[in-house]
Amino acid sequence: MNEYNFAYLDEQTKRMIRRAILKGLAVPGYQVPFASREMPMPYGWGTGGVQVSAATLTPKDTLKVIDQGADDTTNAVSIRKFFENTAGVETTEETEKATVIQTRHRIPEAKLREDQIIVYQVPIPEPLRFLEPRETETRKMHSLEEYGLMHVKLYEDISQHGAISTAYAYPVYVSDRYVMDPSPIPKFDNPKLEMDAIQLFGAGREQRIYAIPPHTKVVSLDFEDYPFEATKAEHCCDLCGAEDSYLDEVIMDDAGNRMFVCSDTDYCRSRREAGHMGRLAGENAA
Amino acid sequence: MNPLLQVKGIEKRYGARIGCRDVSFDLYPSEVMGIVGESGSGKSTLLNCMAGHLQPDAGQVIFDTRADGPVDTVTMSEPERRMLSRTDWAFVHQHARDGLRVTISAGGNIGERLMAVGERHYGAIRGRAIDWLGRVEIDETRVDDRPSAFSGGMQQRLQIARNLVTGPRLVFMDEPTGGLDVSVQARLLDLLRGLVREMGLSAVIVTHDLAVVRLLADRLMVMKDGHVVEAGLTDQVLDDPQHAYTQLLVSSVLQV
Amino acid sequence: MIELKDVSKCFTLHNQGGAVIPVLQGASLNVAAGECVALTGASGVGKSTLMRVIYGNYLTASGQVLVGGLDVAKAEPREILALRRETIGYVSQFLRVVPRVPTLEVVAEPLLAVGCDRQAALDKAAEMLARLNIPERLWSLSPTTFSGGEQQRVNIARGFAHPYPAMLLDEPTASLDPHNRETVLSLIERAKAHGAAIVGIFHDIEARNRICDREIDVSEFTPGMAA
Repeated sequence: MNEYNFAYLDEQTKRMIRRAILKGLAVPGYQVPFASREMPMPYGWGTGGVQVSAATLTPKDTLKVIDQGADDTTNAVSIRKFFENTAGVETTEETEKATVIQTRHRIPEAKLREDQIIVYQVPIPEPLRFLEPRETETRKMHSLEEYGLMHVKLYEDISQHGAISTAYAYPVYVSDRYVMDPSPIPKFDNPKLEMDAIQLFGAGREQRIYAIPPHTKVVSLDFEDYPFEATKAEHCCDLCGAEDSYLDEVIMDDAGNRMFVCSDTDYCRSRREAGHMGRLAGENAA
Repeated sequence: MNPLLQVKGIEKRYGARIGCRDVSFDLYPSEVMGIVGESGSGKSTLLNCMAGHLQPDAGQVIFDTRADGPVDTVTMSEPERRMLSRTDWAFVHQHARDGLRVTISAGGNIGERLMAVGERHYGAIRGRAIDWLGRVEIDETRVDDRPSAFSGGMQQRLQIARNLVTGPRLVFMDEPTGGLDVSVQARLLDLLRGLVREMGLSAVIVTHDLAVVRLLADRLMVMKDGHVVEAGLTDQVLDDPQHAYTQLLVSSVLQV
Repeated sequence: MIELKDVSKCFTLHNQGGAVIPVLQGASLNVAAGECVALTGASGVGKSTLMRVIYGNYLTASGQVLVGGLDVAKAEPREILALRRETIGYVSQFLRVVPRVPTLEVVAEPLLAVGCDRQAALDKAAEMLARLNIPERLWSLSPTTFSGGEQQRVNIARGFAHPYPAMLLDEPTASLDPHNRETVLSLIERAKAHGAAIVGIFHDIEARNRICDREIDVSEFTPGMAA
C-alpha cells in the first residue's frame, strides 16, 4: 500500500466527521464534539479545519486555502500541498473558482455563492471560555441560553477602553439560539457571516465542529447605546485602491513609513488586473 | 399573608451519614431567620438544599413565585430554578471570592445579573452599578477596579451588591461575616440590616456567631447532628434556651 | 389589655444535672388600658422574669399571657414580632443596638418598623431626643459610646417614640437626674392618658406612688415563697 486514502483520513473517520458536520448544520451554532484525529501537523496549524475539509472534499472539488486572507503564506501553502498530495484535487487561488475554501482568520472579500463551502480553522471554539473556565458549566449555560456573561465581557471592554475593543473573534448570536465564536476573524467580517455559502468550523485540539447553514441569521452582540461596528483601518488599499476591503498595515522601513494593503490577496490581485490603482501602485512594493 | 418559603421535611444524606433530616419551617415575607450550630451540624447542607445547590433526598422547598404562586423548587426544571436564583433569589457566600468573578471589574460584577435578565443598555447598567456601590459604601471611583484589589470587607459588600441588584425577595447567606475583622463585621451587619429593612427582604442566615443572629435574625433555628433541636424567636431562644445543646451553646459565648 | 391567667415559668438547667428551678407559679394579673401597675417584691423574686414572659422573651410553661387579645404563650414567632412592632413596647435597663448606627436612627427605628414615613420618623426621633436633653451634636453618633445616663435616656426616647397601647418599663427612672426624671415621668403620664396599659418596675418609690394605680407583689407568684 503506497497511496494515501482519498484526502488522508480513512473512510470511517470521514463518516464520523460528516455526521458531526450534519448535526452542526442541523443545530446552527451548536458545538458538536467529534473524535479529532492526529494529523501530520501540529495543533494550532489548522488540524480541525483540515479534518473538516478532508471530510468535505470530493475528487471534483477545487480547493482554495487562505491564511489571514493570503494564499501565499506558509500555512496556506502547506495545507494546499497536503491536499494536492493526499486527495489530488485541483487547487486555486481564485475565490471565484473554488468550491471549498479553507481559511484561517478571514472571510474572502468576494461574495460567496450557494455552491461553495467555507471551512474555518478554530483555535478555541467556546466563546464563554475566558469568562467561565468549567466546561460542565459552559455547556449548561449554552443549553439554558444563559448568555448574560457574554455581555459582561463587552461591558468590561467599554468600561476599560471606552468602546467595545474586541476586534476579532467577536461573539455572535446564531439563529436566535446559540452564542458562537466565529473564529478569530476580524469583526469587519462579522456581517459577512450571513451568507449564501455553507460555513463549517473545525477545532482540532478542542475536538469540536460547528456550522452555519446558508442564509442563517447571525447577530453580533452589542449594547443599545454601543452598537456593533464593523471597523477597518481608515485607508484605501495602497496597491489596488479598494475602499471596502479589510487592510493589513505593513511597516516598510526603519523610518516608520507604512502602507495599507488588502489582506485578501486574491481580491487585490483581481482588482489590479482590472486596472484599479492605489497610492503606491507604481512602485514594486508588493 | 402566604409564607414566602415553605420548607417541608428536608432530608439529605451522604451515604449512610445524615447531612440534615426532617427540617421544616415557614418563612414569611420580610422575615429573617438565623440557623446556628457548630461545624458539621448540617446547617450549610440545609442552606444548599434550600438554595438548589444540592439535591435533597426528600422534602420540598416551596417558594411563592411572582408568576405562578407557590411552587416546589426541588422538582421544578433546572432552567426555572436557575432563573429564580438570579432574579428572586440571592446567595451570599462566606468567601466573597466564591460569589464574585475576580477577573472582572466591580461594575461588571454588579451588572452581570442585570445583563443575565436581558438589560442591554450599557449606560443604564453602569448607572445601576454605581448606585449600588454607593449603597454598599464603596467609592464609585472603584467601579472599574477588580475585586482582587479590594479588602475582604469590601469584597463582601461587593458580593452583596452583586446579589441584590436585581431586587431579589429571598437571600440565602452562608456565614456572611465569617473571616472578617470585628470592626468590619459590625459595618457589614449594619449594612445588611438596613438593606433588609429598606428592600423588605426575607433572609436565611447560616452562622455560628450568636451575636450575628441576635442583631440580624427575627427567628432562630438551632441545629445539631443534622436535626433542628430548637426554634423560636431569636431573643427567646438565646435568653431562655430550652434544649441542653442550646443552653451549652449560649453559655459558651465569651462575654466582652 | 394585658392579662395573665395562672402563668407558671421554670428553668431547666440541662447542663447542671437537669436542675429544674421554678420561678413563677399561678401568676395572674389584669391591666386595663390607661392603667399603670407596679410590680413589687424583693430582688430576685421574679419581677423581670414576669415582664419578659409578657414580652415573649421567655417561654411560658403553662397558663395564658394575653396581650391585645393574642396569647403570647402560644403565638407563632411572627405574631409576637408583629405584636412587638405595633402593640407592646419594652423599655429595658440596657440599650442593645447595632454598633455604628447613629442615635437618631436608633430612636426612629420603631417608627420605621411600623411603616412610618422616613422623614416623619426622624423628626419625631429628634423631638424625643430634644425632650430628653440629649445634645444635638450627639445625634449622629452611635449611643454605644454614651454614658450610662445618656444611654438610658436614648432607650426611653426609643421606647416612647411610637405610642404603644401596652408598655413594659424596667426601672425607667434609674440613674436619671431630677430634671430628666421629671421628663420621663411626664412621658409615662402622657402615655397613660392616651390609654396605654403599663406594667413597670419602679424602685423609685416616689415615682411609683405618682404614676402607678396599684401594685402587685410578685412574691405571691414565687413558688415556695407565697404566704
